[in-house]
Amino acid sequence: MSLTSEEVNRIAWLARLAIDSDKTDAYAHDLSGILNFIEQMSTVDTDAVAPMAHPLDQAQRLRPDAVTEADQRALFQTLAPAVEAGLYLVPKVIE
Amino acid sequence: MHEKTIAELALGLKNKEYSSQELTQAFLSRVKTLNPDLNAFITVTEESALAAAEGADAALARGEAGPLTGIPIAQKDIFCTKGVRSSCGSKMLDNFISPYDATVVERFNQAGTVMLGKLNMDEFAMGSSNETSFYGPVKNPWDTGTVPGGSSGGSASAVAARLVPGATGTDTGGSIRQPAAFCGITGLKPTYGLVSRWGMIAFASSLDQAGPMARTAEDCALMLQAMAGFDPRDSTSVDQPVPDYSATLGQPLEGLRIGLPREFFGEGLDSEIARLIHEAVDEYRKLGATVKDISLPNMHLSGPAYYVVAPAECSSNLARLDGVRYGYRCAEPKDLKDLYMRSRGEGFGAEVKRRILIGTYALSAGYYDAYYLKAQKIRRLISEDFKRAYQEVDVIMGPTSPSVAFRFGEKSADPIAMYLSDIYTIAVNLAGLPGMSIPVGFSGKLPVGMQIIGNYFSEAQLLNVAHRYQQVTDWHRRSPSL
Amino acid sequence: MQWETVIGLEIHAQLATKSKIFSGASTAYGAEPNTQACAIDLGLPGVLPVLNQEAVRMAVKFGLAIGATVTPRSVFARKNYFYPDLPKGYQISQYDLPVVGNGQTTISVDGEEKVVGITRAHLEEDAGKSLHEDFHGFSGIDLNRAGTPLLEIVSEPDMRSAKEAVAYMKKLHALVRYLEICDGNMQEGSFRCDANVSVRPKGQEKFGTRAEIKNLNSFRFVEKAINYEVERQIEILESGGQVIQETRLYDSVKDETRSMRSKEEANDYRYFPDPDLLPLEIGPDFIEHVRKDLPELPDVKRDRFKSKYGLNDYDAEVLTATRELATYFEAVVKAAGCDAKLCANWVMGDLAAALNKAGLEIEQSPVQPDRLAGLVQRIADDTISGKIAKQVFEALWESGETADAIIEHQGLKQITDTGAIEAIIDEIIAANPDQVAGYKSGKDKLFGFFVGQAMKATGGKANPAQLNDLLKKKLQ
Repeated sequence: MSLTSEEVNRIAWLARLAIDSDKTDAYAHDLSGILNFIEQMSTVDTDAVAPMAHPLDQAQRLRPDAVTEADQRALFQTLAPAVEAGLYLVPKVIE
Repeated sequence: MHEKTIAELALGLKNKEYSSQELTQAFLSRVKTLNPDLNAFITVTEESALAAAEGADAALARGEAGPLTGIPIAQKDIFCTKGVRSSCGSKMLDNFISPYDATVVERFNQAGTVMLGKLNMDEFAMGSSNETSFYGPVKNPWDTGTVPGGSSGGSASAVAARLVPGATGTDTGGSIRQPAAFCGITGLKPTYGLVSRWGMIAFASSLDQAGPMARTAEDCALMLQAMAGFDPRDSTSVDQPVPDYSATLGQPLEGLRIGLPREFFGEGLDSEIARLIHEAVDEYRKLGATVKDISLPNMHLSGPAYYVVAPAECSSNLARLDGVRYGYRCAEPKDLKDLYMRSRGEGFGAEVKRRILIGTYALSAGYYDAYYLKAQKIRRLISEDFKRAYQEVDVIMGPTSPSVAFRFGEKSADPIAMYLSDIYTIAVNLAGLPGMSIPVGFSGKLPVGMQIIGNYFSEAQLLNVAHRYQQVTDWHRRSPSL
Repeated sequence: MQWETVIGLEIHAQLATKSKIFSGASTAYGAEPNTQACAIDLGLPGVLPVLNQEAVRMAVKFGLAIGATVTPRSVFARKNYFYPDLPKGYQISQYDLPVVGNGQTTISVDGEEKVVGITRAHLEEDAGKSLHEDFHGFSGIDLNRAGTPLLEIVSEPDMRSAKEAVAYMKKLHALVRYLEICDGNMQEGSFRCDANVSVRPKGQEKFGTRAEIKNLNSFRFVEKAINYEVERQIEILESGGQVIQETRLYDSVKDETRSMRSKEEANDYRYFPDPDLLPLEIGPDFIEHVRKDLPELPDVKRDRFKSKYGLNDYDAEVLTATRELATYFEAVVKAAGCDAKLCANWVMGDLAAALNKAGLEIEQSPVQPDRLAGLVQRIADDTISGKIAKQVFEALWESGETADAIIEHQGLKQITDTGAIEAIIDEIIAANPDQVAGYKSGKDKLFGFFVGQAMKATGGKANPAQLNDLLKKKLQ
């Protein structure tokens, strides 16, 4: 399984990861190697096997509908790169 | 003092041989001296440690001490610690001062331990050598030209170098057990769901587990006691009573049935390691255990399945790191696209990017069935292999790693070469079973670890099995010369 | 060429829980930005979701109300995409296994009934809000709304006109309010609609390419947007072009739909089961519990009103539009113990008008059912006339007094004493000989003059029917 540079760029866009254009081939090479490694999975027939999403065989717990969180905006926004009037700022979003 | 185990230190504190403050000073002093070279710590929290030690001493004086009160420990930097940088080994979170404590941290605080600082790790827990950290590699105290293992490399190195008697680690594909083996210490990855993941920065949510790393099984039992148990903040946390892990440490092992999977002893395993494992198993025979050959026929697929599931889950888990609300943001983003691409491109290291890309690919349209779904099916096959094995044996043993600690740079050129160092540990995470690594000898001057795998929620038995071995051997007492 | 319109609606109803679907932060509307966004809502490193029990109950309630299967084991999935109002970089939603399966509802358009299928309904979390008013070249993100529970309700593409679409939307709007699972406040964004619209030549089985119009937040806009879109698509097809499958926004100022610039390529959401959540298991006990709590549903209530109270279609429809109004009406009827139709007229007429004028909802009515009932009783037993009743009603509205007390204070009792009325008629006849002569000579319209005079003399209190009879007799 071999990935082209175009595919690497497509996936990088999906993942919003900037990759230096001179490194794209190296990534394509590494990722192709990993995909080859993963290919071994196809050596076994799993048609009759149920997927296992979780080691735990239990159901989701439900919590009561109650407000338990207080306003911690001041604390949380000390972490923010750009804040104004209590809002997180990002370059303008065009719809 | 630094040679003592947690159990010994607790006794010493109780008997007023020294105070927690003295203990803390002693370890901090070792950290100051040795850490610049080893680079095991990312952040040292001297002031708060001394304050905590003071509080611990007061509790000890009042007679209100628990088994861990006043004991210095350190937290892998994957755990959120309130008011303290929690970097996860990444530039992305270099400026992240966590506004809250992880459950694991809370529980250790409640137990009265003294946190000396945050330990180095592979970036976002992705790695087997602690070479991918933004803060630089960690050195193995046994041979500083070799890696300590990963991703909990800082934890393993710190404990082995006696910078701290116990540390927390996390294990997604072997990240507690493999560094424990490389550094000659004892580490335990609990059953999935035993220890809360609240506040533990997520890598692969269905595989991650936090666990103790210390020099003895006895110490791991004390630490696990504080860490384990139901947490309503974690939907994957299991609600069942936690046994007293220390109470059953000394139980005799007559009748213990040990299984040795032939797949663990195939080609690729260093012969010296194989020899040491067999010697260790012989010790168990002397202790009254029986040994049986077993087979885990789908073991060879664990690597491929893991390298789909883990990257897929992490590609999604790391999407929140976007430079918007916290963490690294690139300078002067031109527009939204630029903000995302460059913050993430500059904030993440190469291995993390590789895994995000593979994970994104595996989940993308048209590939989900062939990759992610297929990997989940293989996961089922592997779990069934273990289920079948546990019908005939109580515990499974084998080497933790196919090699001893390798030299820096030796495996960084080829990702697959690095991935192969996890071949014995990964299956355990896929199945969600508990596993330990204990030191069983040396190959040259480098430690060799043996893995002990138990059935679900059999931590008490694992610790007992490990402890009995440590009562008749002294590998765990060896110290690197520093 | 005859064209047929095909419409499917996706409705997002914000569930009226107190806290968010996966965190304990408040869902109250109107708070200062980011004061109701806790660590989980912000997607801080290390946080984990835990499911709100009430959101599940509400989803099950809805499922039962539309006769759908409640999936015994449903799964939460991550929908992965990047947007600043989506803190985790993924939305927790449901994909393969939604909590509610196939159901249906009946709509009525121009007197015709039609069944509209509902494919599924699933639980998911809402995103935050982006404010684009200039922060000098930046957008401001408010994450208070992030994590609010949503029930996404997907219809089958069964609707064939904008009118049907609106009828369906109104039906569901009333239903979710009846069930008390959603406040239905479209201005605040509690009830949002996306419309999938396509056209095909009449008789063709295959669906045409559809466009999705997002975020329509009023019944009017839904109708207008769909109508515009249908025209637009027909124009394209008739001139030989192709309709592009895309997402569009409705511009209410220009009354047109526009393609969303950012959606050049279809998003690859890479759905997979969320590993932080376990499968949601809903057993028969849970379902029975919810079923017991179900209120009488609108359709059932409407039919019952028709049979029990003898109301016609229209009245029954109006009075069951909301649960609160229906409850009020029934309380009036019970207290009055008589003439449901009269009660209906007063509730739908004078009371509704007064509430409207004052901008009040029925729950806020200053006139309680028992006091209105008191008024109705006095009309029914002829104590006062319908006309006088309006006066009494005004006083009911302004004061807290009963109808009887008001009638007493203002001396509004109808005069029904034949003798008394006759006496007044005699006086009027005596005082107006010209008009009497005029009437007797054939000017019938003058009858009204005498009625007017009698009403004036009695302060409007003469019983109209008796007055008429007696006047006629005396003017013969």
